[in-house]
Amino acid sequence: MAGGYDRAITVFSPDGHLFQVEYALEAVRKGTTTVGVRGKDSVVLAVEKRATPKLQDPRTIRKILTVDDGVALAFAGLNADARVLVNKVRIECQSYRLNVEDSPTVDYVARFIARTQQKYTHRGGVRPFGISTLIGGYDNNGVPALFQTDPSGTYYAWKAAAIGKNAKSVQDFFEKKYVEDMDDEGTLRLALK
Amino acid sequence: AIGARGCGMLDCLDYSVSRSEREAQAHEALPMELLNPAPLLPNPHERCPGMEQHIRMVHGTTTLAFKYQGGVVVAVDSRASAGAYIASQTVKKVIEINPFLLGTMAGGAADCSFWERYLGMRCRMFELNQKKRISVGAASKILSNITHSYKGYGLSMGTMICGWDETGPQIYYVDSDGDRLHHHLFSVGSGSTFAYGVLDTGYRYDLTKDEALSLAQRSIFAATYRDAYSGGTVRVYHIDEQGWKRISETDSMELYYKFKDEKMQ
Repeated sequence: MAGGYDRAITVFSPDGHLFQVEYALEAVRKGTTTVGVRGKDSVVLAVEKRATPKLQDPRTIRKILTVDDGVALAFAGLNADARVLVNKVRIECQSYRLNVEDSPTVDYVARFIARTQQKYTHRGGVRPFGISTLIGGYDNNGVPALFQTDPSGTYYAWKAAAIGKNAKSVQDFFEKKYVEDMDDEGTLRLALK
Repeated sequence: AIGARGCGMLDCLDYSVSRSEREAQAHEALPMELLNPAPLLPNPHERCPGMEQHIRMVHGTTTLAFKYQGGVVVAVDSRASAGAYIASQTVKKVIEINPFLLGTMAGGAADCSFWERYLGMRCRMFELNQKKRISVGAASKILSNITHSYKGYGLSMGTMICGWDETGPQIYYVDSDGDRLHHHLFSVGSGSTFAYGVLDTGYRYDLTKDEALSLAQRSIFAATYRDAYSGGTVRVYHIDEQGWKRISETDSMELYYKFKDEKMQ
């Protein structure tokens, strides 16, 4: 594309779709199943353990990452994209701490990730991040929170959410089995099932 | 100029007594700048050199703030002086950033009022983005980051950002060097030394509200009495959990007669 770096890759289709974003969501749907459940006092993030090749060191596969004290992130989709995005978020959390002298809320972290993911659908010469994330953590007052972001840059708060392969069936399962105000035990069990 | 002339051919042939005397004088008159080995480079700490010749800053003030059991008390004078000239006796040196944050003004009046209004805008943006009120620490940090980035450009500000947030009453001192300090008691300005005398003597954490307000007023008055660059009216503010409130505005001359009468008794 001669001189095409100022041309956006994510452009609208005639019927109002952003195809690049939708293809990114497809990439997410092929990723490992990741679930998050929010209970009364706790948040559980769980990731399916994929069969690793014999010679690969399983410890180097990190799918649940710490973003800040009290905020963790699990993702589904392209590993490399996740690494880059998490690095940006970690820097942003430290920058927030430096300027505000307080820890960022989980909502702030989720909003930042969503904003970053959205930027990449708005710029020229870049493609969207091929990951959806589940962000779980505690705010200052001890209230647990669970958020989900996706390649389009939207973010939602959830009580229980699933992304990746079989996300739909897991989500249906959650809708049937989720109980309000669960304790730590119950939250953990539900996630593992 | 004399040393730079040097020795011409004809001068060297002159062996009279007065010539040696002249030479001795010539050496004495050698200007020190030529002997100094250091070159005359511009001062790297000054990014706007020669500013003082063009801009007349409006200085001179006394401001104070302290924390006590009932919250924060802020007191200021109201004189603006440009050198020996009193530019105004009715300056508002407390800037109301928002209903629970106050900023005081000392140093350059324009610098303080402009940047504290800007700070008010940034605090409001924070509230809109984060859906919660900004902490005093964060607000003061925004201001100190600004002053730090303008370091060397000749800003003149010594301000105290005072308020009540989730962690309780707070006072932060921020100045144009980029300093940011947290303490329970500050006085800033040309009259601060006089105010500190009275304030430090009378300060206790468990003062009652009336005692604290009168201590603040008395301290500013002491400064207006002795500091030529402080005067006008003494304004006292109080900050508690509900926000700030202006308590009193008393002319310093009135206070003089009031305290004089008290002393007489």
